[in-house]
Amino acid sequence: MKMFEYMGKEVFAQFGLPVPKGRMVKSPDEAAQVAAEIGGPVVIKSQVLSGKRGKAGGIKFADNPEGAKAAAEELLGMTIQGLPVEILLVEEKLLIDKELYLSITIDGAAKKPVLIASAHGGMEIEEVAEEYMIKKHIEVELGMQDFIARDVVRRMGISFNSPHSQALVKLMNTLYKIFTEKDAELVEINPLVLSGDKVIAADAKVTIDDEALYRQPDLPRVEERTATEKAAHDLGLAFVELDGDIGVMANGAGITMGTLDTLTYYGGKPANFLDAGGGTGEEGTAKALELILARKPKSIIINIFGGITRCDDVARAFASVKKKMGMPVPVVIRLVGTNQEAGRAILKEVGIEAYDFMQDAAKKAVELANQKSEVGGQRSEGRGRKAEARGQRSERF
Amino acid sequence: MAVIINDKTKILVQGMTGNQGQFHTGQMLAYGSKIIGGISPGKGGQSVQGVPVYDSLEQAMQAEPADASVIFIPARFVKESALEAMEAGIKTLVIITEHVPLHDALDLMAYAEKKGVQIVGPNTYGLISPGQCKIGIMPNRIFLPGSVGIVARSGTLSYEIVFQLTQAGIGQSSVVGLGGDRVVGLSFIDVLQKFEADPETEAVVLVGEIGGNAEEEAAQYIKSMKKPVVAFLAGKSAPPGKRMGHAGAIIERGKGTFASKAEALTAAGVKVASLPWEVSDLIKAAL
Repeated sequence: MKMFEYMGKEVFAQFGLPVPKGRMVKSPDEAAQVAAEIGGPVVIKSQVLSGKRGKAGGIKFADNPEGAKAAAEELLGMTIQGLPVEILLVEEKLLIDKELYLSITIDGAAKKPVLIASAHGGMEIEEVAEEYMIKKHIEVELGMQDFIARDVVRRMGISFNSPHSQALVKLMNTLYKIFTEKDAELVEINPLVLSGDKVIAADAKVTIDDEALYRQPDLPRVEERTATEKAAHDLGLAFVELDGDIGVMANGAGITMGTLDTLTYYGGKPANFLDAGGGTGEEGTAKALELILARKPKSIIINIFGGITRCDDVARAFASVKKKMGMPVPVVIRLVGTNQEAGRAILKEVGIEAYDFMQDAAKKAVELANQKSEVGGQRSEGRGRKAEARGQRSERF
Repeated sequence: MAVIINDKTKILVQGMTGNQGQFHTGQMLAYGSKIIGGISPGKGGQSVQGVPVYDSLEQAMQAEPADASVIFIPARFVKESALEAMEAGIKTLVIITEHVPLHDALDLMAYAEKKGVQIVGPNTYGLISPGQCKIGIMPNRIFLPGSVGIVARSGTLSYEIVFQLTQAGIGQSSVVGLGGDRVVGLSFIDVLQKFEADPETEAVVLVGEIGGNAEEEAAQYIKSMKKPVVAFLAGKSAPPGKRMGHAGAIIERGKGTFASKAEALTAAGVKVASLPWEVSDLIKAAL
């Protein structure tokens, strides 16, 4: 879960990590009020979950409350990379002597947290040359230690006699504490500003591990998904909207991707990615089909390779949904794996012959989607006959 | 031979009395896996499919030492169960459970390294040496004993590849699922090294997907391998910025694309398939 900058800074502040004075606002009047409270030049920052907002004009400066109000009016009407700006952060404008970069994230390959720092902050970290990047893996049993932080400070070229070095060591300790205690996947400060003798986090990018949210009841929740994607998530389904016309349901992320690739290969356009996961009962399957049908596809492919998912469960769920709700578009089903015979027998009762091979099923789904809609009423008959012919391939198994 | 597990591997099942634990214990026994006990605190003395259930792993190990343990426990209790297994002396630990918090996985991997334990998963279907032993949740019938090693991030996609190979009459030495999470135990390189050293394995299939850079790193190692490697990569048609189910399956900031992985693997001499059924022909040509 990505957090808005202002939320990240609230977490930073709770842990005593220095952030600029300021507050989140939702209207131009509030922006003026906060600017008046701060009393001096301010920066007004759009709160969107997307990088590059500076380049998109999502950050403005003002010298007084009237200016802040005017800037807020402009920003609140904007969209940045398709995201509407609804929240602003109004903060004191910092006097910047130097901009650093600091983050802690998880290195999946090393299976360890990694601290990344650079004396060249302020720009997109991808644009910083490799030689200016300092990477330091952290042993979870040790955690952050002063000697690790001191060495990072040294490698950033900051003198131990400067007022900043102790502050930076302390800040790295705090940041690691936030990273572990809040189950973060990423805590990033870019830029980390040296201002006079102070070190201040001018930005905050915090991403929390979705799987650990259950033990982070105090953190605010941010919804990045569309309404449909959220409905799916709540049911334990992974759903992504795409812009084609073939509905897709499969079990397992990899095979779902493989199904999309196969449809694309045969000239089809998937309408969605839907991974029904390990075990979806009748209710889940019904809901999944509902989500798919809401995208108004011309055909649907269900590709199930039963492992932990049992074919008869899927078949029973599908048959029940078909009986109760009917099926306005043709459905092609590929069903193999655990309890495959039982599953196929159930599908047969509702007039569907399952395919053995995903390539055959995908080809059929593309064909059906590309047919003219006038012959729609006849399709299910035609499908039944053809599928029966292919059904003989089961003998090979 | 085969890698990691074989017909002598003795297995414990953690969470054996649960719904999934019971069902898959039955399936593993049906495949011929040597399951010698299960663990369910408070249910010691019971039995599942004729296999004794113990209250703790230590108790089970005292009754009969096991080589491997497989975890069917809800995500929030996985860390504790895995630590229990490692403390009791288990050396191969298979974590089937998905949705394990990342920081728990980090702690487990650090401890496993210290204890010399190999962890498969979390969020894996497990591993199998066809005809000898299965630890996991994959369908029994699709496998065929043979000489092709398979290593994959994704579960059902591996079944798909195995299915297509078996249909083409090509058997497998071992099939290992690394797991779909960002932090997992065994890596592509760990398993490729085992296949390279295994006399029964003549060729290897790597099943990867978009996102991350595990395939690119594997490509570096493959350059030094003598055995032929074929790869299938899922996600060629995936749009950037969308998380395709797996935590790691996302093209971010132009990294982790199908093209970059295909390029790295091709440069390492790997034949890359972009559709699942192309793998069997590539393997036939390689053998």
